[in-house]
Amino acid sequence: MREATALQSPHSTELSEGPHPSTEARLAALVGGAALITIAARDRSWRGVGLALAGAPLVWRGATGSWPVQRSAPEHAAEAAVPAPITASVTIGRPRQELYDFWRQLENLPQFMRHLVSVAKLDDRRSHWIGKSPVGRVEWDAEIVSEREGYSIAWSSLPGSRVHNAGSVSFEDATGGRGTVVRVEMEASPGNGLGRNLGRSLGRVLSGVTERQVHEDLRRFKNLMEAGEIPTTDGQSAGRRSAINLHNPF
Amino acid sequence: MRAVCWNGKNDIRVETVPDPQILNSRDAIVKVTSTAICGSDLHLYNGFIPTMKKGDILGHEFMGEVVEVGKGVGNLEVGDRIAVPFAIACGKCWFCEQELYSLCDNSNPNAWMAEKAYGYATSGLFGYSHLTGGYAGGQAEYVRVPYADVGGFKIENDSLSDEQVLFLTDIFPTGYMAAENCNIQPGDTVAVWGCGPVAQFAIQSAWMLGAGRVIAIDRFPERLLLAQTWGRAEVIDYEQVDSVVDTLRELTGGRGPDACIDAVGLEAHGTTVDALYDRAKQTVRMESDRPHALRQAFQACRKGGTISIPGVYGGLIDKLNLGSAFQKGLTLKMGQTHVHKYMRPLLDRIEKGEIDPSRVITHRLSLDDAPAGYKTFRDKEDSCIKIVMKPHFDGNGHSHRHDSGRSNGIGDFGEF
Repeated sequence: MREATALQSPHSTELSEGPHPSTEARLAALVGGAALITIAARDRSWRGVGLALAGAPLVWRGATGSWPVQRSAPEHAAEAAVPAPITASVTIGRPRQELYDFWRQLENLPQFMRHLVSVAKLDDRRSHWIGKSPVGRVEWDAEIVSEREGYSIAWSSLPGSRVHNAGSVSFEDATGGRGTVVRVEMEASPGNGLGRNLGRSLGRVLSGVTERQVHEDLRRFKNLMEAGEIPTTDGQSAGRRSAINLHNPF
Repeated sequence: MRAVCWNGKNDIRVETVPDPQILNSRDAIVKVTSTAICGSDLHLYNGFIPTMKKGDILGHEFMGEVVEVGKGVGNLEVGDRIAVPFAIACGKCWFCEQELYSLCDNSNPNAWMAEKAYGYATSGLFGYSHLTGGYAGGQAEYVRVPYADVGGFKIENDSLSDEQVLFLTDIFPTGYMAAENCNIQPGDTVAVWGCGPVAQFAIQSAWMLGAGRVIAIDRFPERLLLAQTWGRAEVIDYEQVDSVVDTLRELTGGRGPDACIDAVGLEAHGTTVDALYDRAKQTVRMESDRPHALRQAFQACRKGGTISIPGVYGGLIDKLNLGSAFQKGLTLKMGQTHVHKYMRPLLDRIEKGEIDPSRVITHRLSLDDAPAGYKTFRDKEDSCIKIVMKPHFDGNGHSHRHDSGRSNGIGDFGEF
């Protein structure tokens, strides 16, 4: 099962981030580099020179797939197929069991995972998830694929789901009585269709999972467990005439 | 309500804005009875602190009366008189447990922003840019106080005026922590760069902690005078000497001060080549901070001495002689003040009559006078050292006599 493999290989990041970028990364480099050079051309100053110098290698990478000074390395074709998981960790000043119990009650997750609307329990292992995405609500069923009471939980969307969402979380005692280290590893890609790289990126967008998002989810988990609430300034007073959204966009 | 809003560099306006609401269960709403303009507010006024947004309500030194409490605040009641630390702290995280309140892990909703700038996020601050949370400040008629159960410090002694306890929210603890960071041994000589309000409290605190001599450095006569009269410090007017470092060497018998406090921070002024260099680079944004005072402190400090920095720094600095700090084995201590830790012991000192913090106040204004007040304070016009505003005192825009009936000994500017 590919999902399970991804979950169990925390080091796959380094394998998949080889010297040869994906098609969309090359496209991004090309567009970004060209933009910098365009701006540079308009800006007849030292700043412009700097921008042009910054843009040139990007264009090179976009066109050739490698950095100008980079020596080519053998392509790890097999490993490149393994999607890179998103990982994040946080230390929380609460007992390991308490954190595990809160997380294991999956209905609690939307309290700190902003891309989730709700998680409803179907039975002890299966649950129904509703998430937010740029194209509207997405729903899927997931199940707990493995767990170790008090230490770790791994879940995955069920086969056939429109959105692929799989992740694991582990809880370990921090040294010196400093609470619990919580580590999350998330994998997300659509079940099938589309090119692999593009599909994975789209899947992440659809299920709202980005590295930044996972990081911020964990921070909110910490806020909630330690301070009992998530800090906010949403809705506070200001001398602004228009409603500018200042809150954390992640 | 009326509130002092930042609208850009040199653009402070008093505007009518919505009243604050309880947003989280540990919030309280406070009716502000007294609020002050801090020297660090001038860095915002002068546009040196990034991530300010038009309409942000300023102010991080304030106190008042609780008018509403969230359901998670068990230790405050409507009607309580509280002083509120400028740093916002949850009281529950590892840093709060270590009494490092300004390093709180949970109070900055924009932690991601601060992580980009500094590696890890520090606490939220009232009215001090979005990097530190973007919280609305207390230069307003009302203010929302998050984690009020931890930040609401009750002042139960009604015989103390607002002006005697207001500075527990920032500058008294900040000056005290600066002195504490000097690890003063009996008889030590402490040199203080700047004679602004924080410096004045650092001077007072240095004596409290056993200093044998205090030497203060500034160029404004009224500030030097206050350091001399109230602070019992020897003073150096840096415009009257060729070299501050040489003067300090002479004053200390060739040994150098045991500890040096930089109570100036990122907008240091100076008349030497490096000061002009900083000013030029800062103007074109090639350097974010001007560390002129800090450079002198590095050079002047005795071998094995301590540099304590209560003055605010926000970013990159140039031409700092780290070699002098390394070769002389200096200790560097700095950071935003862990205000909560100091409020109780410093209130005790005020109650015992050991110190009257209201001595630094030179100007008392209404909230509507804030724009003029910022300018007066920034330009050190009218011998301005410290401005206090009373948001509810007079709706006509007129200011009033202060409530302590005290004079600071260098001219009382209570009437406006």
